[in-house]
Amino acid sequence: MPILEISNLSVDFRTVGGQFRAVDGVSMTVEPGEIVSIVGESGSGKSVSMLALMGLLPWTATITADKMMFDGKDLLTIPARERRRIVGKDLAMIFQEPMSSLNPCYTVGWQIGEVLKVHLGLDKRARRDRTVELLELVGIPSAAERLDTYPHQMSGGMNQRVMIAMAIACNPKLLIADEPTTALDVTIQAQILDLLAKLQRETGMALVLITHDMGVVAETANRVSVQYAGQKVEEQPVSELFADPHHPYTAALLSALPERATTRRLPSIPGVVPGQYDRPSGCLFSPRCAFVTERCVEKAPVTQGQAAGYALCHYPLNQGKPVGHPGPAAILDRRLSA
Amino acid sequence: MNAPVSPNVVLEAQHLARHYSLKRGMFAEPATVRALSEASFKLSAGKTLAVVGESGCGKSTLARLVTMIEPPTAGELIIDGKQVHHTEAPSHELRRKVQIVFQDPYGSLNPRQKVGTILEEPLRLNTSLSASERQQKARAMMEKVGLRPEHYDRYPHMFSGGQRQRIAIARALMLNPKILVLDEPVSALDVSIQAQVLNLLMDLQQEFGLAYLFISHDLSVVRHIADEVMVMYLGRPVEFGTADEIFNTPRHPYTRALLSATPTTEPEKRRERIRLTGELPSPLRPPRGCAFHPRCPFAYEPCDVDQPKLLQAPGGNAKVACFAVQGELL
Repeated sequence: MPILEISNLSVDFRTVGGQFRAVDGVSMTVEPGEIVSIVGESGSGKSVSMLALMGLLPWTATITADKMMFDGKDLLTIPARERRRIVGKDLAMIFQEPMSSLNPCYTVGWQIGEVLKVHLGLDKRARRDRTVELLELVGIPSAAERLDTYPHQMSGGMNQRVMIAMAIACNPKLLIADEPTTALDVTIQAQILDLLAKLQRETGMALVLITHDMGVVAETANRVSVQYAGQKVEEQPVSELFADPHHPYTAALLSALPERATTRRLPSIPGVVPGQYDRPSGCLFSPRCAFVTERCVEKAPVTQGQAAGYALCHYPLNQGKPVGHPGPAAILDRRLSA
Repeated sequence: MNAPVSPNVVLEAQHLARHYSLKRGMFAEPATVRALSEASFKLSAGKTLAVVGESGCGKSTLARLVTMIEPPTAGELIIDGKQVHHTEAPSHELRRKVQIVFQDPYGSLNPRQKVGTILEEPLRLNTSLSASERQQKARAMMEKVGLRPEHYDRYPHMFSGGQRQRIAIARALMLNPKILVLDEPVSALDVSIQAQVLNLLMDLQQEFGLAYLFISHDLSVVRHIADEVMVMYLGRPVEFGTADEIFNTPRHPYTRALLSATPTTEPEKRRERIRLTGELPSPLRPPRGCAFHPRCPFAYEPCDVDQPKLLQAPGGNAKVACFAVQGELL
């Protein structure tokens, strides 16, 4: 049984300019002990969908879903009090900016202890022992002395370790890591990713890794879900995704990476991710797509089957060739130039 | 400098250093932060020198010295054949030759100025062109960087990150500089936009023969765009060579660790896996000897005694500051 099952999740924000759909019909499942990665550019709704799951969105957000089950509990109907008992315990999250996610007024020992007090009801001595144990687990040297330091006294990498220690304090069943290494240097990033993978292996928890870095995905995840403008456009096991991307967006994104480029000029994707006011009709990727036809502009595509990587596309790619495509003559002039 | 300078070299630095003095309360001795030491390089027109390293390695300090925002503490800086004085403020003429593009396109454009005003300001301050000539030049430059004519009257907040970076690049090019310092120009951008901006930078370099000092921590971007690479650690260059040499046969243990730590979409092609332990030491109290030795997997006796010099390594053209490499132990 999957630990997390979301189907057809949408999140709308009330803004001065009307409703804005940040997440649009996203479905995903996570099995116990699995590492699933959500990749996408800024504005693709990857963080918002996970925040909706955690119940951390502001009141302006409206969450609708057919199903949102975590560990046998229905998160759509769960009372707030009950949800608070799960969030932080069985379902934990790490945020991107360790410096701004920790409270500058309290020591790191106190902040980790708070989790243990609220969820496990440990007494002072037990909290202290467990906190030291956690800090050692995440690789903070001389952990006992670090208990009384404040976040500003430590580096970004150390603070991110504290965040991880806090998140795994109650042995969560699912850990959501939202761009856990984006603010860090590469050598520290490697340490943190190794640590997350090690903890995941040892505790058997499931891990959802939100990132925009394709390299991080390739090295860490088992399965990848690609999001674009709030929609899930593709989902595949990691090696298959890099070998044969089925959605034109995934394919274009991968070939735009400098390390995969074969020519000096990078094959870039023209235009930008659509915002609130310029959402195209039909397929959301159509204004930037290299294979766009009349049909793409007129009709929104439906999700393809597993063989086509669940691609949200009329003409999913197979080895780089669009299946069922009427041919180059039918491709519309791209409305946006590079 | 009496040695003849080849006509192509537009920027030359010799033993460039910048130290900051830090007050630590009323009674404590002021401390010295050696943000940059011993940086030497030459940069020719039409070429790209990339400076890579992690935060605190001195790459942004180098950018501030080259753009003459700050004077160097020691060493020589020669821009287009003219030496920059340590004490005297550089002339307008010299300043025009070096321009900079910053990392954050959201913070580096004045939100209260229209694109046209932003682009014309350098001309207004540095030239005696009339208003109509300035506008003409600004519009011509907008076209070059891929902005549409109607963008002239818009404000920065109306643009996406990639387009804002185009505005910042256009502004930097308004005075026809010879050297462009690019301080992490694409690291705030999404991958699909990053490729657009990198292509633009390569096109502009070819068209204007610009010399780029490209500062970045993203090695895959550097590998794509750079001709030469300088790897820095804690304020000092540790390896310097052509991009091919640095990426194909990295010598310094730090360069190797940096390459092995960079996530790649083809992990199976990775040459070696070196995991550094620990973190960057405080620049206030750098370790004795080689600054890298406490984290270095190959450190041996001489490393914590002397500072290795940046010398040409045996069996290669790259310069490496490492005793193990120089002693042919690595």
